Amino acid sequence: MLSARAFVLPAALLPGTAAAADGAAPAWLLLWQWTPAIASGFLMNVLISVAAMLLASLLGLAVGLGQLSGLAPWRRACHFLTHFFRNAPWLVVLFYCMLLLPFQLRLFGVALPFPDWAKAILGIAIGAAANVSEIVRGAVQSIPPGQWESAESLGFSRRQTVWLIVLPQCLRRMLPSWMNLYALVVVSTPLCNIVGVHEVMSVAGELLANQDRHDLLLPVYGYLLLWFFAYCYPIARLTRLLERRPAPSLP
Amino acid sequence: MNPSAATRRPPLIRCREVRKSFNGVEVLRGVCLDVARGEVVCIIGPSGSGKSTLLRCINGLARIDGGSIHVDGLDVHDPATDRLALRRKVGMVFQQYNLFPHKTVLKNIMMAPLHVLREPRAEVEARARALIAKVRLQGKEDAYPGELSGGQQQRVAIARSLAMRPEVMLFDEVTAALDPETVSEVLVTIRELAAEGMTCVLVTHEMGFAREVADHVYFTDAGLIVEHAPAADFFNRPHDPRTQAFLAKVL
Amino acid sequence: MMEALARWFADLHERTGINLVVFYDPFDAARFFRGVLLTVEMAALCIVASVLIGAVGAWLQGSRWRCVRALVNAYVELVRNTPSMIQLYFLFFGLGPYIAAHNAHGQAEPLISGFTWAVVCFSFYTGAFNTETFRAGIDAVPRQTEEAAESLGYTRLGAYLYVVLPLALRISFPALSNNLVNLIKMTSVAYAIAVPEILYVSNQIWSDALNVPEMMNVVLVSYVLLVSGFNALMARIERRLRVPGLGC
Repeated sequence: MLSARAFVLPAALLPGTAAAADGAAPAWLLLWQWTPAIASGFLMNVLISVAAMLLASLLGLAVGLGQLSGLAPWRRACHFLTHFFRNAPWLVVLFYCMLLLPFQLRLFGVALPFPDWAKAILGIAIGAAANVSEIVRGAVQSIPPGQWESAESLGFSRRQTVWLIVLPQCLRRMLPSWMNLYALVVVSTPLCNIVGVHEVMSVAGELLANQDRHDLLLPVYGYLLLWFFAYCYPIARLTRLLERRPAPSLP
Repeated sequence: MNPSAATRRPPLIRCREVRKSFNGVEVLRGVCLDVARGEVVCIIGPSGSGKSTLLRCINGLARIDGGSIHVDGLDVHDPATDRLALRRKVGMVFQQYNLFPHKTVLKNIMMAPLHVLREPRAEVEARARALIAKVRLQGKEDAYPGELSGGQQQRVAIARSLAMRPEVMLFDEVTAALDPETVSEVLVTIRELAAEGMTCVLVTHEMGFAREVADHVYFTDAGLIVEHAPAADFFNRPHDPRTQAFLAKVL
Repeated sequence: MMEALARWFADLHERTGINLVVFYDPFDAARFFRGVLLTVEMAALCIVASVLIGAVGAWLQGSRWRCVRALVNAYVELVRNTPSMIQLYFLFFGLGPYIAAHNAHGQAEPLISGFTWAVVCFSFYTGAFNTETFRAGIDAVPRQTEEAAESLGYTRLGAYLYVVLPLALRISFPALSNNLVNLIKMTSVAYAIAVPEILYVSNQIWSDALNVPEMMNVVLVSYVLLVSGFNALMARIERRLRVPGLGC
């Protein structure tokens, strides 16, 4: 027979009250002491997210423009790549990179180390790049056909039209989606912990392992959630601000 | 003041000193209006004189700030009044048709009797088909509103209101958004309704139609009833200089 | 037929060393299939729950009480701007132990399984996105259409259920579809709390059979097929919902 234990939730929500009674350090004090370690772990998440986003933007731009290429095989390949990786979970792609990429690369006879954090960045970047690719394609296609036609009538080549006329107009339109995607990349960086990259979740895990106290889990994970919220919420607000202000359009 | 002396029975709609303002601008400044059972009343007047607002107040879509409106003995703006009872008595047709775009013509007409009155489906469907025939839209039962012309949509909207078997129909500039060639098909439908003895209140800019179909005409200007009279008197011998000026302009 | 296929894959292993064990070993095949089934089950439950949460959330966001709106907004922002994986840890490791019961031997046993926590977590996560998506859809329904329903005697709730929501659903369908695809992909995060879904059972299999590259490809293709299938289903539904003459 199972007999329901009294729910001790209220005590848990006042961090450490239960434990403090039997002489252990209260949770809030530990959180305060651990803050520098957690901050350094979080910095790793930020670095991974920035690097992954840069890489994803480059890859995504190339593949996204490829989706609009005049060269049919190249266009189809880019289209396939985009959709394949949009349908694959980021965690699975991350595993893929972690487990299947070599620990070093040989380029022109020089051995370059390929550490885990670099694989993690690549893993996240691939998933994000598929999204960038769609953002680029959508933005380019949202430029009215009149722009393409007038550029063509002025003698611009297709490549010139894209780089000189269409893309500059797209940047402003892409910015909100791009920032949304960045926030998504940030909140997916803890996945790197699953595949063994040292980041804020690993830091928290180590700190918790030294204590072996179940009452600390709730406040510590809550604290980590706050860190991410503090980083991502301003980005979300800014994104919404940009969305509301329509892109400047010429009469 | 005794606007409608023609009938001895109490009026079906009775408005007394109705006041209504939007953002500090008073659009109705003490309007009195009576509609007897079986009567056709037209409200005419320059744009922005509060005609449409009055109709919206009569069926409770807009609240009033002062005065009273009674429909068949129900106090429209008494919070204790049963909304459903009121809306069963009052049908309303809008300038923009406002059909439910995701439902076919037949479903549009059947929805409210089924969901609101909870009447048996077979009975509702038979009535809906009869109404479709009445507004001369046989064959369009399974069309969606987006596939119909404005005049056809407006006739569906009339049928939709009639399906609730109202005691009075309110028409809010129902031909204002229509192409000139489809105006007449809607007017024919209204004319037939009036001939059958349906009580109708029309806000309209179709002076010829008002003259032909109305028993009584009210002229509003700047939130007040400036003049009201039986239709023939109103058009042939207007008294108020504002009415004379308006008629001179539109006739 | 199945046997011939199994023989072919076993043969492939012997000839080339490509070990697609899930296609010829009955034990691993069953293990993998159960993982796929669990992923599908988890996704299906989350889809239903998150759509309901989104519909209720969007309705509450239109509430006339400021505190209700503020509460829903806080939920949406908190959930959207934090990692689903840490939310899952917070629920499973943080909250889970407090919701426990004593078994016959006097040991504490959690009352809520990892699977259930994952479903709760992902449903509320996607529910936050669905709330925003539906809200945008509702705001796009013309106020006059709602008024027409009210003038026909519908109550506020009736007008919402029969007129506004069906229209909002069509307007927001592409975005909803996108949210749900992300949801299906997110189910793999349940790996972190040892829910035996596709990724987790595959990890067990490659640990036993030492065929990491093969299994990794199987996992990737499984998910891509699963999501593609779902996309096809959503495209079908979208076609079914499409109303002639309505531009969405």
